[in-house]
Amino acid sequence: MRDRVAFFMPEARTVMEADAIVRAWRRVAHEIAEAHAEGGTVILVGIQRGGVPLAQLLGETLGGIFGHEVAVGSVEPGLHRDDLSQRGMSELLPTELPGDIADKVIVLVDDVLSTGRTVRASIDALLGFGRPRCIRLAVLIDRGHRELPVRPDFVGKNLPTHSAERVEVRFDKSSAPQSVIIETP
Amino acid sequence: MSWHRKHLLDIESLSAEEITTVLDTAREFKAVGERDIKKVPALQGKTVVNFFVEPSTRTRVSFELSAKRLSADIINFSADASSFQKGECLKDTARTLEALNADVIVIRHKAAGAPHFLARFLNAHVVNAGDGAHEHPTQALLDVFTIREKKRLIEGLNVTILGDILYSRVARSNIWALRKLGANVTLCGPSTLVPRVFEQMGCRVTYDLDEALASADVINLLRIQHERQRKTMFPSIGEYASLFGLTRARLARTKPDALIMHPGPMNRGVEIESEIADGDRAVILEQVTNGIAVRMSVLYLVNGGKAEDL
Repeated sequence: MRDRVAFFMPEARTVMEADAIVRAWRRVAHEIAEAHAEGGTVILVGIQRGGVPLAQLLGETLGGIFGHEVAVGSVEPGLHRDDLSQRGMSELLPTELPGDIADKVIVLVDDVLSTGRTVRASIDALLGFGRPRCIRLAVLIDRGHRELPVRPDFVGKNLPTHSAERVEVRFDKSSAPQSVIIETP
Repeated sequence: MSWHRKHLLDIESLSAEEITTVLDTAREFKAVGERDIKKVPALQGKTVVNFFVEPSTRTRVSFELSAKRLSADIINFSADASSFQKGECLKDTARTLEALNADVIVIRHKAAGAPHFLARFLNAHVVNAGDGAHEHPTQALLDVFTIREKKRLIEGLNVTILGDILYSRVARSNIWALRKLGANVTLCGPSTLVPRVFEQMGCRVTYDLDEALASADVINLLRIQHERQRKTMFPSIGEYASLFGLTRARLARTKPDALIMHPGPMNRGVEIESEIADGDRAVILEQVTNGIAVRMSVLYLVNGGKAEDL
């Protein structure tokens, strides 16, 4: 396997540049604002690690729309994954929630949605902290290939892909989204 | 993340990066322990066996709670109730445990190297919970975790380990861990229990207690291991307490922010004066709390590890 990787260098192409990402994400912020216009406290929770800077960015835009600050947190799905024995243990990053989540409107945020397993694990991780009023899902990229009945509520861009391809959202040093890349093996 | 090991057998063979991975992972598990719901499903369906061939309560209970917080099933198997009494050898007992489909075997044994021996022929993950006077890796990991939490950086710290070094697996594991992370380690105690040969591990050995305490950022007190000593290595407990016990008078001459640590069980009035053990400089109970986080981290990490050459 290793030899084959060395011979066939993956080909990477950019499908979204920074300005396109920012535009799509701003639209998502407006959709969230529209859906939750009648109150309930919205908390954005980024899924470690790619969802966290996107939740931050979304929080800033949404704060501007609401006219007040929107709380942002993070959740680590690692301990709730269903494939720990197949894939081995992953690095654990902090789960940091801004206060009590009971009765709040949680918007889970991730960079790329695919099988839905990470989202499932993140929901389980969140429920360990309390019972939110509802949990919504916002993703920058929905690339399909779902393996669980998970459906995003807010999508930046639908990106049909082959299952062998890899989709990656790249961030610059200041955690601003830079580009969306598809790697073909 | 730097961890690919199937077992945790000792600190000596770990790299600084691997130790740091255990500590970083433990930091997240500590946060889990502070929540209302202290349990995560990471090791759901796994079976852990606490195989304790030497008496221990706190380490066993700590591993037990760690496994439970990871949703693993854990059973305790201790020597007094076991087939050792009936003449079964270590290898057969361990294979019997494995035949029960144990995924992890946590072993405490009076013979140094027993965990390494088991790791050579078992498919299960082996975690050393103390082997003779050799090593007690999870104790060292929880000690450095506690130091790092309080002092932020281990590198450059002066750590004094005081007491029975010769018979102490805690001392050996601590020395390895601290040296790998860049701390300066000073050993002090009666010359019979602190032989100069420890200088080969990169430590400083001194018999001048005041000097060993003066520069210390961390003071780790060890219990006299009566059960391991073949004959008395010093005239009396009273003499040990007066020459090497940490008293308030001696504490007054240490750095004001020096941490006082003790792996337990402690003998109040011998190696540590009671008021110091209950004082605000002591982090002895935090060590116990951190022990669970560190052992969760170890159980979690070895379960993802693959076999290596032994």
